[in-house]
Parts: sequence; C-alpha cells; structure tokens
Amino acid sequence: MLLIECPWCGPRDEHEFRYGGETHIARPGPPEAVDDAEWTRYLFERGNPCGIHLERWHHGFGCQRWFNVARDTRSHRIHATYAMTDPPRAMPNGEDTP
Amino acid sequence: MTAFDIYNTQLYREAMAGHYSAWRIFREALRGQRGWSRAWRNPEPASRYDVVIVGGGGHGLATAYYLARTHGIRRVAVLERSWLGGGNTGRNTTVIRSNYYYPASAALYDMSVRLYENLSKELNYNIMFSQRGMLMVGHSRHDMDLINRWAGAMQINGVACEVLNRATVARLAPALDCSPRARYPVEGGLIQRRGGTARHDAVAWGYARAADALGVDIIQGCEVTGFLRGPGGEVVGVETSRGRIMAGKVQLAAAGNTSALAGLAGFRLPLTSYALQAFVSEPIKPVLDTVILSLATGVYLSQSDKGGLVIGGGLDLYPSFAQRGNLPVARSVLGAVAEQFPSLGRVRLLRQWAGTVDVSPDSSPILGESPVPGLYLNCGWGTGGFKAIPVGGTLMAHHLATGEPHPIARPFGLDRFARGALIDEAAASGIAH
Repeated sequence: MLLIECPWCGPRDEHEFRYGGETHIARPGPPEAVDDAEWTRYLFERGNPCGIHLERWHHGFGCQRWFNVARDTRSHRIHATYAMTDPPRAMPNGEDTP
Repeated sequence: MTAFDIYNTQLYREAMAGHYSAWRIFREALRGQRGWSRAWRNPEPASRYDVVIVGGGGHGLATAYYLARTHGIRRVAVLERSWLGGGNTGRNTTVIRSNYYYPASAALYDMSVRLYENLSKELNYNIMFSQRGMLMVGHSRHDMDLINRWAGAMQINGVACEVLNRATVARLAPALDCSPRARYPVEGGLIQRRGGTARHDAVAWGYARAADALGVDIIQGCEVTGFLRGPGGEVVGVETSRGRIMAGKVQLAAAGNTSALAGLAGFRLPLTSYALQAFVSEPIKPVLDTVILSLATGVYLSQSDKGGLVIGGGLDLYPSFAQRGNLPVARSVLGAVAEQFPSLGRVRLLRQWAGTVDVSPDSSPILGESPVPGLYLNCGWGTGGFKAIPVGGTLMAHHLATGEPHPIARPFGLDRFARGALIDEAAASGIAH
C-alpha cells in the first residue's frame, strides 16, 4: 500500500488515487509540421525506467487534482510529489532494492 | 533375443541417449536411479554465435529450439541474467487459450494452442497440457451482449467456442455462486473447450532440454550490459557480464526488462512494465475442473493437479519492477474469490508473487525488427506471454532464419504504431489492463 502525499490534501491511501502515466511529455506542434515518427514518439514511446519514474497521479477521491510524483519503480518508494506545472525533478537514481 | 539384440533396439538406444519414457523410469527404478543425467549442459560462452537470444524464459528458449530444429541454425546462445525460466515463465497462472477478438490475434494465439497440443510429444517432456476448458462467466445483460459478440468473432475466426446458459455454467462450476441472491448473479457464459492449463516450468525445461540436445548453448548468470555495433551502426554482438560475445543477429526476449535493453541500444519502445500478481492456495480436494474467469471482477482461477487454487486478476496499475504486488489489488482479487465462491472463502493462501509484464498500448505483442539493424524484438506480450511461448518461438525463429517476418507475425511489427494499425486486444481477457 502506498501512502501518497497529495500536495493539497496531505498523505492519503493509494486507493484514493489513480495513476495517469508518465509526466513531462510535451505535445509536439504545430500539428501540420509534425511527421508520423514524431507523433509515434509522443503518443506511444515511453521511458519505462527501472528506477526513478516521474509520473502523474490524480486524487479522484479527494481534491480531484492532478499532480506529479517521483517514484522508484524498484521499491515503489515515493521521493517527491510536486505540482503539475513544476519543472521535472532531478533525482539521483541510486540503488533502491525492492 | 540376445543381449546384443536388445542393445540394438531403438528403445534401448533412446533410453541411453536420454530419451524419457515409461521404460526408462522402469529401468532406472531397477538401477537405483543412477542413470539420469543433467537435462542440459552448463557451457562457457563461445566467442561467436549465429544468433544470440537475450532472455532465457519460454520465448527465448523456444526461439532457440525452433531455430535449431526447423531451420538448422545450431550456433545459437540463450543468455539469461539470472536462472532459466525464473521470470514471467515461472510466475504466470499457466492458462492457455485463444479466445481473442481480431483475426490477426486469433491466428496467432490459435497457432500457439495447436502447437501446445503436440508439445509434450515433440519435446519428449511432459508439459501436462490439460485442455480443461476456459470458461468466461457473464453477470449481466451487458456481459451477455459482450459474450455473444465475442463468440461471434471467435467463430468467424475459426476458433471453436460455445455460449452457455446459467444452468450449464452452474453444472460446470458447482463452487460458483449461481444463486439469484449472489453478489454477482450469473447470467451465462462462454467456453473455449480447447483452452486449459500446462505446467509452466516444464515448458521452459522441455524447450531448454530439447534445444540443448540440438547444440544450443544456454548460458545462465550472464547479463547483457551493452551492444557492439558495426561500421553501419548494426548490432554485431553483445557485451555481457561474462565477456564479449559476437553474433550474426541478436534477439531480445526479456519481457519487462526489454525497455532497459532497448535503452542500451539507443531507442525507446511503446512499453510500460507493470506488476501482475498471482496467488496459490493450500491444496484442497478437487473443486474446480476448468479455468474460470468472471467478467464482473476480472478474477480467474483454476485448480492445479496438486490441489492448490491458482488465482489471478488485474494488473497493479502503476509501473513496477519490484516483482511483488500491492495490497489493494490483492484485496480486490481475493475478496472477489471469497464472494463468488463462498465455499472457498476460508481457504488459506500458500504463496503470493508478481511478475514484471511489458504492456504495449494495444495489449498486443511486438514481433520482428527493431529500429537498429541486426537487433530483433519479441516483447509486449504483457499479461499473456505464457500461452504464446510456442508461437512466439516459431515466428521469431522464422524471421531470424529467413530474414522475412512470418505471415502471422507481420501485423505485429513495431511499425504498426507509426501506421496507426493497432490491434487493440485490451478487452481480450475480460480484465481491465
């Protein structure tokens, strides 16, 4: 069970939230200038790191807001939560065993 | 018959050559079990192979086996970071089925079921494939609409199935609560009778033994740490924890860890790795002789020959490499079992674990060429890789040997994402993925 620190509501149980995919993916544009390879990268290709992952979560059973989480996919440990519009968090990707 | 005649019989020579048979068991019983040898060698890596396969699970081993047997390419190495079959091949719920929706998927998975039907004989290794039927249970008018649509698609694709009414479901699964007051009332079902289960470890071990006998080197404890590139940027070998190995072609068969390997080769893939949990209960008397899946809860279970209930459910819906599941999903899966099978509510669990599954955006596998020449992909099987081991091996061996994708594999190339030709099987198992 994750204990997730919502930036607005404080620490809450995992099942109040929903995972919303990798964050900081910028939509390319303008659309008429974007080729198929670029759309493919934007729509489908993901980093999928074994380590620190910057991801979006939605507090569905709370404030209904989206926010960003820096979480280690090896241990599930949450290193930071921050607002949707904040810049990407640089995180040391050290050993973190399950 | 003299001793010399006996020595010359096919039966005796097969027994001496490591062929498994009832006669061999009898003979070893008389000799104090001294005649058994290791099922495969433990060789040192050579400096060069025609094909190097990264990942010693079912798909990697099957690819090596079919390369050697069907295409005569025997200078093949399978590199496994830890131990053989220790990833998702040894962590799944052993279900084999081909109840998919689209023609491309039906052709793929049904070929796999057909290969499984003959696999024990072909590998001379009992994989215990039991075609006990794959039963999907509908709980509402809407589930039955889905089931009828699904059955129609399967039958058009040439995969036999039957739509069942409530009474038949109740007869097939007496432990399932089919009463009108059930928490999830049963409306009917859909069964693929050729579906079933197999011994998952035996599939890995059988392919390993058969590939090894054909000259394939299976190298365990050998982690790939980088790719060697030729003058044109093509992959010409791998850097490993046990030294440099040159290769004509390299294929990835590493499931949840494929993205990391792709990163070493300098490209990204449309994959996300999730944890998929499974559970086994204490052994109990026979209570369930089919594989049963509830469309309302996404929970599925079967009973192993040893008596344990093998239980699975939906994914833990955030990326994970921890190979362990999380409590909220475990609670919803086991709660559903207790509600739908009231007599099993007090059964104790023996084990719980998770595998790291690589899910693609359309829940279909990625087979064939990667963006880097000389490097091939067999990944994206997500939650359903075990059932596809024979077909994954057959199709990738064809591609590696002939340089052309097999017609059945062609729709599953990585290029389908750029073309928008997705094969969206996200609903194929009746579980939210």
